[in-house]
Amino acid sequence: MRNGEAAMKVGYFPGCSLHATAREYEESLKAIAPALDLQLEEIRDWACCGATSAHSTNHLLSVALPARTLVLAARQNLDRVFAPCAACYNRLASAQHAIEHDKKVASQVESILGASFGHPIGVLSIAQLLSEMTDRIRSKAIVPLKELKVACYYGCLLVRPPEICRFDDPEAPTSLESIVTAAGAVPVKWDKALECCGGGFSLSRTASVVRLGRSILRSAKDSGAQALIVACPMCHSNLDFRQRAINRSAGDDRPMPVLFISQLVGLSMGLDPVRLGLNRHFVNPQPFLSTISAGRVEHREQA
Amino acid sequence: MSRIGVFICHCGENIGRTVDCAQVAQAMGELPGVVHSVDYKYMCSDPGQALIKQAIKEHNLDGVVVGACSPHMHEKTFRKAAAAAGLNPYLCEMANIREHCSWIHEDRAEATEKAKGLVRFIVEKIKYNRPLSNIFIPVNRRALVIGGGIAGIQAALDIADGGREVILVEKESSIGGHMSQLSETFPTLDCSQCILTPRMVEVAQHPRIKLLAYSEVESVDGYIGNFEVKIRQKARSIDVSKCNGCGECTKNCPNKKIPSEFEQGLGFRTAIYVPFPQAVPNIPVLDRDNCALFKGRAKGVKKQVCGKCATVCGRRAIDFDQQDSFITEKVGAIIVATGYQLYWIGKEQESEILHGYGEYGYGTIPDVIDGLQFERLASASGPTGGKILRPSDGKEPKKIVFLQCIGSRDRAKGMEYCSKICCMYVAKHTMLYHHKVHDGKAIVFYMDIRAGGKGYDEFVRRAIEESHALYLRGRVSSLTRNGDTIRVQGVDTLSGEPVSIDADMVVLATAMRPQPGITSLAQKLSVSYDLHGFLNEAHPKLRPVETNTAGIFVAGACQAPRDIPDSVAMASATASKVLGLFSNEQLEREPLIARVDRQTCTGCFHCERVCPYGAVERFEVKDRKGNLIKVIAEVNQGVCQGCGTCQATCPSKSIELDGFTDEQIFAAVNAL
Amino acid sequence: MSTSSQPLALSAGTPHNRSLSAQILDVTGLDPARCYQCGKCSAGCPMASEMDLKTHEIIRLLQLDMRERLLASESIWMCLTCETCTTRCPNVFDPAAVIDALREIVLRENPGLVPRRISAFHSAFLDQIRANGRVFEFGLVASYKLRSGALFADVDSVPGMLARGKLALAPRRIEAIQDIRRIFEQCAMERPR
Repeated sequence: MRNGEAAMKVGYFPGCSLHATAREYEESLKAIAPALDLQLEEIRDWACCGATSAHSTNHLLSVALPARTLVLAARQNLDRVFAPCAACYNRLASAQHAIEHDKKVASQVESILGASFGHPIGVLSIAQLLSEMTDRIRSKAIVPLKELKVACYYGCLLVRPPEICRFDDPEAPTSLESIVTAAGAVPVKWDKALECCGGGFSLSRTASVVRLGRSILRSAKDSGAQALIVACPMCHSNLDFRQRAINRSAGDDRPMPVLFISQLVGLSMGLDPVRLGLNRHFVNPQPFLSTISAGRVEHREQA
Repeated sequence: MSRIGVFICHCGENIGRTVDCAQVAQAMGELPGVVHSVDYKYMCSDPGQALIKQAIKEHNLDGVVVGACSPHMHEKTFRKAAAAAGLNPYLCEMANIREHCSWIHEDRAEATEKAKGLVRFIVEKIKYNRPLSNIFIPVNRRALVIGGGIAGIQAALDIADGGREVILVEKESSIGGHMSQLSETFPTLDCSQCILTPRMVEVAQHPRIKLLAYSEVESVDGYIGNFEVKIRQKARSIDVSKCNGCGECTKNCPNKKIPSEFEQGLGFRTAIYVPFPQAVPNIPVLDRDNCALFKGRAKGVKKQVCGKCATVCGRRAIDFDQQDSFITEKVGAIIVATGYQLYWIGKEQESEILHGYGEYGYGTIPDVIDGLQFERLASASGPTGGKILRPSDGKEPKKIVFLQCIGSRDRAKGMEYCSKICCMYVAKHTMLYHHKVHDGKAIVFYMDIRAGGKGYDEFVRRAIEESHALYLRGRVSSLTRNGDTIRVQGVDTLSGEPVSIDADMVVLATAMRPQPGITSLAQKLSVSYDLHGFLNEAHPKLRPVETNTAGIFVAGACQAPRDIPDSVAMASATASKVLGLFSNEQLEREPLIARVDRQTCTGCFHCERVCPYGAVERFEVKDRKGNLIKVIAEVNQGVCQGCGTCQATCPSKSIELDGFTDEQIFAAVNAL
Repeated sequence: MSTSSQPLALSAGTPHNRSLSAQILDVTGLDPARCYQCGKCSAGCPMASEMDLKTHEIIRLLQLDMRERLLASESIWMCLTCETCTTRCPNVFDPAAVIDALREIVLRENPGLVPRRISAFHSAFLDQIRANGRVFEFGLVASYKLRSGALFADVDSVPGMLARGKLALAPRRIEAIQDIRRIFEQCAMERPR
């Protein structure tokens, strides 16, 4: 545990979504980092991790693309790389695992990249990174969240497969709960925290995403949660952007705000909701923000 | 010059097909010291043995080498034949040209050459053999049985009925084991306690059984026929000689809300208690961790906090200051019958190789219980008086889902083995449930139904056809709370359909594991055990109740998952082995053990440190006046197993294995 | 699972070199013989209700070496790689990795079998990476629509995305794009493990 230490520097791999559909995730991360004495050093000239499309079609490609990023990180003298997107995290961590445990693939990839691997890189998810900083989060949480009840949603890739992640419990994880508790919110008990949201099928099998999102949102609402906390841009998009379709299909018009965990931490620090990108959500966050007296955002209804 | 006879066996076609036996016999006949060499179809047959006997007499042989199968098979046969002809049996040896040669080679010429080498090896060795005679060791004809479940009870009764004394050690305050917790037993549905308690009473009344309940084996010394066992009698806080089991103390104990181990946590007991009404012995035990008086003492409260039990005891039998005591017993044989425990699905596990079931909530969901808990619910003497009720709210469950193979056959959780009894008791549970809750639905998730046994498969069919249990083939992916029901997310692989059930109760058929502490007991006994702690038998087929340590036997579920009939059969088998051992006052054994040369031993005791059996003792050499000259090593003939580790270790070549001396081995190796 | 009226024609003996099982073993290091068909994978699969072949049936067809049925099945394209099956498999088998390997085999041996929308998505996605090093989502969506023919799905969400600043209209290319092109070329050439 690095709790209580001085400034922490980690390599930063934003991934493609954080520069587009999940801009607010990056905005909120950059907003809370200074308060947490966290220095995010972006990997220069990083490329896409390859995501589902690479690993469903070409195993080598799915290792080589993130491996290039790991080589760049080593050249920047970084020991640890933080990937806020759970899917990117999974690809980077899987590549690191393959490099360390599959000699054949490792040597194939070295020749493909025309570069050799430096020191091993620790790949961190946001759950790992922030759970190392719970003391700081607790000390910076100046806004009382008034026992705000939140459902922590891990999705499928944040803590598994266990041999890749080697962090938290793959079936009964608690890291996100420890973070939101440090921020002053109250995690609810619910049973869909690890169910898949439909991931990369948002475009190609929208109906599947709606079906899966329905059961996740229903369970979160039934548990009494006032907000759903996520740690992945895909989960966010499937549960926020697609929420109107989901609610419509369920005949259930109760909106459920979906927040990145960094946004919740930012709110607990008293940061402006706009700085945290809450204005970019599709589900109107205003009623929720009002319950914690967190200021206002301008919200435009979904067309 | 030696006068050695060589006899090459064809073993029908077994050896003869690949090895040219006549050629081997001829070549051996040309070796110096060999005066007679022949081959024959079946050396082990009567005419074959007669050939050997005849040759010993005719040629005045001083050594016999039989080139045939493994000595494990027929060494005894040929040594007896040699002895019958007047030759010391240890001057007869076998060369293995079957398992080590004909069975594993195809090329006849090469195999024949190898066979010659193998026989020559023994011919050269036997030139240095010397006559040996068997060793006799005294036998203390009393037995120790460790564990007072059904296996231990059966073994103790059989030995005692056979006329020998038995000491029965049980770590709990009563004998009876898990069988006393069961409601009915498969495949006949007879009441478990009804058939068990008469045996328990018999143990208590038997003049030749000394029952030491609430006791544990502390240490074991000695060897077959001559074990010395130190037993810890744990402090009951009761003077056993005074207590008459009236039960006043229990009735008056103010702390009545301690989860009962016997009821698997579904019922309560007092701090001073008897686990169940038919307990043997019927003497209470005081649970000091939960007793107000002892809690007060631990906090340093000067005033005595409670002490009600002592006040009401008319015989002044309560002794708060009682300490653990130790006794030593001398026995000739030991039977281990420590039984099993059930695997638990929780996150914390007793060893690193085991894992819990996070996907089933790590045991935190109410109304998800295990098989023994269901037994207590179904038992007329149980916490609900035999009504099937949910532990959470006392409601009658209308839909129960039973999951088989929980932990068992699950590499990911660390147990690859089948627990063997679960298919049967789950079928029994569905029947008991059907008998008690007529409108209830029992659903079973199974992978395979393993019902080998007399009347077993018929029993499972009755569960399906008469009690209408619905059997679904598949494992369950997750158990989650859903309101006050449990969401069971499973599959029926036979229809290929995922299945989602909201159950009122879930019963997990969890894996059988050996008792905690089995490995430390096994180490005290020098008995080997497997990855899971199940004790190893000496041979899986031919010596199923013996262990690798002579004089120590295994019965019941400490050796592998076993049901009641198997455990009882094993127990009777160990008793028969023990009674056989006790049939003579002395035990005869082969003399192939280590021997110390007292002249050259320097007393460095490297041998003592490497001996895996603890067979090396210290011997004081004194002069005529009784002055100590030196301390040297001596081998206990009863303990030594003839492994030869000492011989390989001794720096001054002062310890040698009879029958395998350096001289013999060098001569043999030089012949290759 | 059974849709054919023909009895199974089983190839005799152990997995031969050209069996699909042997191919999977070669690519993933996983031997389908490990699976004892408990179905725990299918029981927990979020997509099971939409799949004609459930996860354990995919592995069963592998064990039976029913190559054509398996490779033509749309089910292997429905796996979300959520790893639920892999995390819970009692045999420490990895169905998710096996399904990835099957998809790779189909793409190499008979790309025509890939469902149009899925193949459109993956091609569009990988084209983005090849062209820019990163995924430019507006371009991804446009390209996917053209390839899949699903022209009008989600068009109403574009203004909302734009208003929230979530769609960049022009791609940004990484500097060392030649690195990425080299990776794509080499990976296409190299046989996987």
